[in-house]
Amino acid sequence: MSLLSIHDLCFRYGEKSVLKNFSLEVEEGEFVSLLGPSGCGKTTALMLIAGFEYPESGSIVVGGENLNDVPAYRRNMGMVFQNYALFPHMSILDNVAYGLRQRKISKPAAYKAAEEVLSLVQLQGMAHRFPGQISGGQQQRVALARAIVIKPRLLLLDESLSALDRKLRVEMEVELRKIQREVGITTIFVTHDQEEALTMSDRVALMRDGSIEQYDQPSVIYEQPKNLFVAGFLGKANFLKGDIEAAQDGHYSMRLEDGNRVQFGVPRPLEVGSSYTIGVRPEKMEISATPTENATMPGTVSLVTYAGGVTQYEIQALGKEWMVQSQNATVHGAIFDAGQQVWFGWKPDNSLIL
Amino acid sequence: MQSVETHAGFSRTIGRALRSSPLLPLLPGILAIVFLFLWPLGQMIYFSFTDPTVGLENYRRFFQTPAEIRSLGTTMWVSFLATLLCAVIGYIYAYSMANSSKAVSRLLMGAVVLPMGVNLLVRTFSLQAILRDTGLINELLKSIGLIQSPLPLIRNTFAVSVGIISMELPFMVLPIYNTMVQINRKLLLAGEGLGATPARVFLDIYLPLSLPGVFAGSLIVFVSSLAYYVVPQLLGSGSEMFLSQDVSNWIQLQAEFGYGATVGVILLILTLGTLLIASLFMNIDKTLSETTGAK
Amino acid sequence: MDRRRLGCFPLAFSFLVIVVLLAPILISVAMSFTSADTLTFPPVGFSLQWYQAVIHGPKWQDRLPVSLTVAVASSLLATSIATLAAFALVRGKIRGGNLISTLFIAPMIVPAVVLATGMYFVWTKGWSLGPITVGGRLVGTIPGLILADTVIGIPLPFILVRASLGSVDLSLEQAARNLGASPFTTFTTITLPLIMPGVLSGLIFAFMSSWDEVVIASFLSSPRVSTVPVAIFQQLRETLDPSAAAISSMLLLVSVTLVGLLSLARRKPAQLKEE
Repeated sequence: MSLLSIHDLCFRYGEKSVLKNFSLEVEEGEFVSLLGPSGCGKTTALMLIAGFEYPESGSIVVGGENLNDVPAYRRNMGMVFQNYALFPHMSILDNVAYGLRQRKISKPAAYKAAEEVLSLVQLQGMAHRFPGQISGGQQQRVALARAIVIKPRLLLLDESLSALDRKLRVEMEVELRKIQREVGITTIFVTHDQEEALTMSDRVALMRDGSIEQYDQPSVIYEQPKNLFVAGFLGKANFLKGDIEAAQDGHYSMRLEDGNRVQFGVPRPLEVGSSYTIGVRPEKMEISATPTENATMPGTVSLVTYAGGVTQYEIQALGKEWMVQSQNATVHGAIFDAGQQVWFGWKPDNSLIL
Repeated sequence: MQSVETHAGFSRTIGRALRSSPLLPLLPGILAIVFLFLWPLGQMIYFSFTDPTVGLENYRRFFQTPAEIRSLGTTMWVSFLATLLCAVIGYIYAYSMANSSKAVSRLLMGAVVLPMGVNLLVRTFSLQAILRDTGLINELLKSIGLIQSPLPLIRNTFAVSVGIISMELPFMVLPIYNTMVQINRKLLLAGEGLGATPARVFLDIYLPLSLPGVFAGSLIVFVSSLAYYVVPQLLGSGSEMFLSQDVSNWIQLQAEFGYGATVGVILLILTLGTLLIASLFMNIDKTLSETTGAK
Repeated sequence: MDRRRLGCFPLAFSFLVIVVLLAPILISVAMSFTSADTLTFPPVGFSLQWYQAVIHGPKWQDRLPVSLTVAVASSLLATSIATLAAFALVRGKIRGGNLISTLFIAPMIVPAVVLATGMYFVWTKGWSLGPITVGGRLVGTIPGLILADTVIGIPLPFILVRASLGSVDLSLEQAARNLGASPFTTFTTITLPLIMPGVLSGLIFAFMSSWDEVVIASFLSSPRVSTVPVAIFQQLRETLDPSAAAISSMLLLVSVTLVGLLSLARRKPAQLKEE
């Protein structure tokens, strides 16, 4: 059975419905991200799990116990807040020991455990400073230490890395994941940063308007998005929308809304006469100076964006703009220039049928 | 097993009750306000209609007695006058506070805030000691031969106004100062940049932007002035009474409770009516909180 | 800006205002040290005889304990009530919260004489509704004065604590609950320490409002149980002799001490300051 099992949760703020039939299963030891645009209800879901808000209907079950009527302070969950919420009037040590003291653990024992966790997050020497006297990155570690020292059933992270600058954030991502594995703690991570969600999680739940659109491993959710929203939110994609007019050997001809026709292959059969949306990720496209097996469409490069490891091209073809990304496999930088005629396309397997 | 479940169920019920009633900490306050504040006011209003006879007799009597109308007039007129003078003095004072160096500004702030902490009786006494016939000013003027008999500086409206203004000035200065420091300097420079004379910039930009502070201060000062009792009692004349003195007179000396209550209700209506009208234009809670918070 | 045009007129005017505001207070202090029998300025000679007269006068000896008891008890009551109420109103989602807030501030708005009149009736006859009457006979008693001053003491602590609460991040309280602290423990270990400056300032203001109160006290006291301000008020209505200056100076000392305490209370603890 899952460690956390949320079933049909509904919640509203006044008139506004924030969560609609929100359901989620999390296994023991898993790292799960709740990802979505702002206002999608991901933070609210976390607040309901922590017990700061109570659902209108539905249930939250952890380890077989229904938490609906359990107040926040009896739920034994560790939370790292977006602004860290360190108690400004207490030393770092007292902050970390606070949860243990609430569990009637003696002061020396609590301090000892707190110091151990502080060394786990590499803050040994800071125990007697106050939150106002340490840096943002250090505050984040203290918040993490404070949340895990109580050995919570679940670790809840609310946009916990977003206040840090980019370099520190990447460092913390790695470290957080390391500590999470070391302690083996089941974690729910709320974020609006797709890269963060993909790199850190065992599974990602992509949310929109109060419910989950897709819940899967990062590679599945990226490579096999269930619908247009998922494909559009995670990474970039070129979208083709129109009616299938003809089929031949697994290749299809689609009439786009503006009347242009485009030919492509797909991994599974489509129905002629029906309307479809097809998505292709830029890095799955091929670009070439001459037509090849996959690069079958002519176009004109309109913009070249060089980004170190890859180059992003904008190509004008069939009355629309196509994003194509190619590896910079040599030391000569981008291969094509703006204004150049090129051929581009993609393997049938790389078509996403949405 | 069953008892454990019952226990858990019980504590859950308690938990639910606690979280559904954030009202619990509010309870002592509600009780205090209802029984110690609203009830007495209600009792007073009730008495004004029932003692000694049921009906509007007390109110008829009030509006048919010239002395009462005069004291209503005195209260309103002196309060108005004090508010007006306070606004003029307070505006200049706040202006120099907002446009001086930090050190001078802090000195001015201290000088206006400190007396607020000093007992009203002490301050009224000090005014008595200076304004009375044998007080400092009259003695001084006499000794340099400017006057033969003492000037009437006390036991009149003048002395009461001086008293009210000196007590209320801080409540005028603080809100005006608060709005003045929020005025964007760049607006003024822009005004000058567009070729306006300093006087035009002041009249067209600075004054209108600082007026909300003047209104807030004036409201506080006017409403407080209406309620003055100690100052007119010690500095005023016996013939021109404030409504507060009038109430005290009927209750404490004449023991005409119903009638005294009636005058009290009229003073209350005057106060609340002013605030009600003002609340159409400004946030009273915010105005009061900000002024007292600045202390 | 227009300093060029206005010159230093506003500043000069302001200093004149300061003189007019402060000089009377200083002069009355100076007059208290006179050795003459009448109030004069400059004082004649130097003596502490008027202070001795005040300290040894039976009137003050009776009233000082009453004033102190009432001020201490009512300020503690008012501040506790106001702190709890402010907490409930800021943190709870209470319908009609604005109206309730207004009620907690209202004792500051209603004229003292009006409130005194209403209290005089109720304190004398009790809380009566139809045939049922509870209480009464509170005029001229210490509990009666404490109840009255509790009411007028509520608004300032309420406003100050409410403002302090507004600056305490809600997530700090959530963090405490998340770590296992009950709502009560959260309040005592997190919220209360963080709003302490507001609570202490509120307490001092409540103390001052009771200690300085004269109107309501004069309605609710008897010749036997009365407060210091009521006695001074009576004396100032009758005769002005140097003992009035002496008692004023002593009250001034109390006021200055309280204002000093207030500025201490409002200072932030060192570790809360941003580095």
